[in-house]
Amino acid sequence: MSDIEMLEMDDVCIKENEMYYKPSTLTDTPMHYCPGCGHGTAHKVLMEVVEEMGIENDIIGVAPVGCSVFAYHYMNVDMQQAAHGRACAVATGIKRCYPERFVFTYQGDGDLAAIGTAETIHAANRGENILVVFINNGIYGMTSGQMAPTTLPGMVSTTSPFGRDVATMGHPLKISELLAQLPGVAYVTRQSVHEANNVKRTKKAFAKALEYQKRGLGFCLVEIVTNCPSNWKMTPLQSNKFVTDKMIPFYPLGDIKVPEGK
Amino acid sequence: MAKVIGKIIIDIEHCKGCELCVESCPHDCISIADTINAKGYQYAIMVNDHCTGCVNCALVCPDAVISVYRKVVREPKPAKIKEVEIS
Repeated sequence: MSDIEMLEMDDVCIKENEMYYKPSTLTDTPMHYCPGCGHGTAHKVLMEVVEEMGIENDIIGVAPVGCSVFAYHYMNVDMQQAAHGRACAVATGIKRCYPERFVFTYQGDGDLAAIGTAETIHAANRGENILVVFINNGIYGMTSGQMAPTTLPGMVSTTSPFGRDVATMGHPLKISELLAQLPGVAYVTRQSVHEANNVKRTKKAFAKALEYQKRGLGFCLVEIVTNCPSNWKMTPLQSNKFVTDKMIPFYPLGDIKVPEGK
Repeated sequence: MAKVIGKIIIDIEHCKGCELCVESCPHDCISIADTINAKGYQYAIMVNDHCTGCVNCALVCPDAVISVYRKVVREPKPAKIKEVEIS
């Protein structure tokens, strides 16, 4: 017998063997999100990228209104709170005052795709050099699950109890495809955080977007298709299955627009 | 042959028991405890030694409560025996 079995916790759990740890750019405050919510993973991945790039002192975030309204309690970087839907407008002001800083907004679908559609589209059309993180869970999470512009056809919510009827309630809004047509937009991608390999791809997407912002290429949008277990009335595992089976076929993952010639 | 030993440390007081790590683990190393933490959630625990430190559980954890450690142990190769002809 070798001495492999003899190795105890103290021998393995040392700094040199560390494979994964909570990034220092996240605070120790416990997150208020429901169990299994994708917001926590998205926060974590974004902050990992910030830590790895070493830009925690040079980045300014804009928190939205919605479930992620307390993002400034969890992200250990400079943050600013914006009025509902106006995060892109606030980020525009910050970026123009501090052009050398990195600026990102973190918005949900009710914030970015419903009340803030005008601000988002015009910021993208002006080619503002900011990163917009768009969390798409197809529902208004904070206000207990009303129908959002991104709700899937036939999906049940509290204001569409018989499923979304596209004849009367309209079709879901695909913000990423919409913004990708605008000339000021440099990078649009759609990712998810419900499985480990998707989390890795999301991390790469954030790193790319911040790199493009450093080079001043223009507006970058990273859409994250995620879950809302509480308001979909599912367990976290069931909600992740719903993301795989229903959300991703409607919102296909991948890069929608990349800068020409890299 | 090298063997990989993985260990995870779970911050049980901040775990919310969402079971995403249980689902993501390819070696079924994680399970949900019968007891609860101060917030009333049944937290995740490590239940066997098959962990290879693949980091899947930590990547999907929404609350970043899992730290992963991996150590590669190389067993010494068996010494080669030279045959010496005795004439």
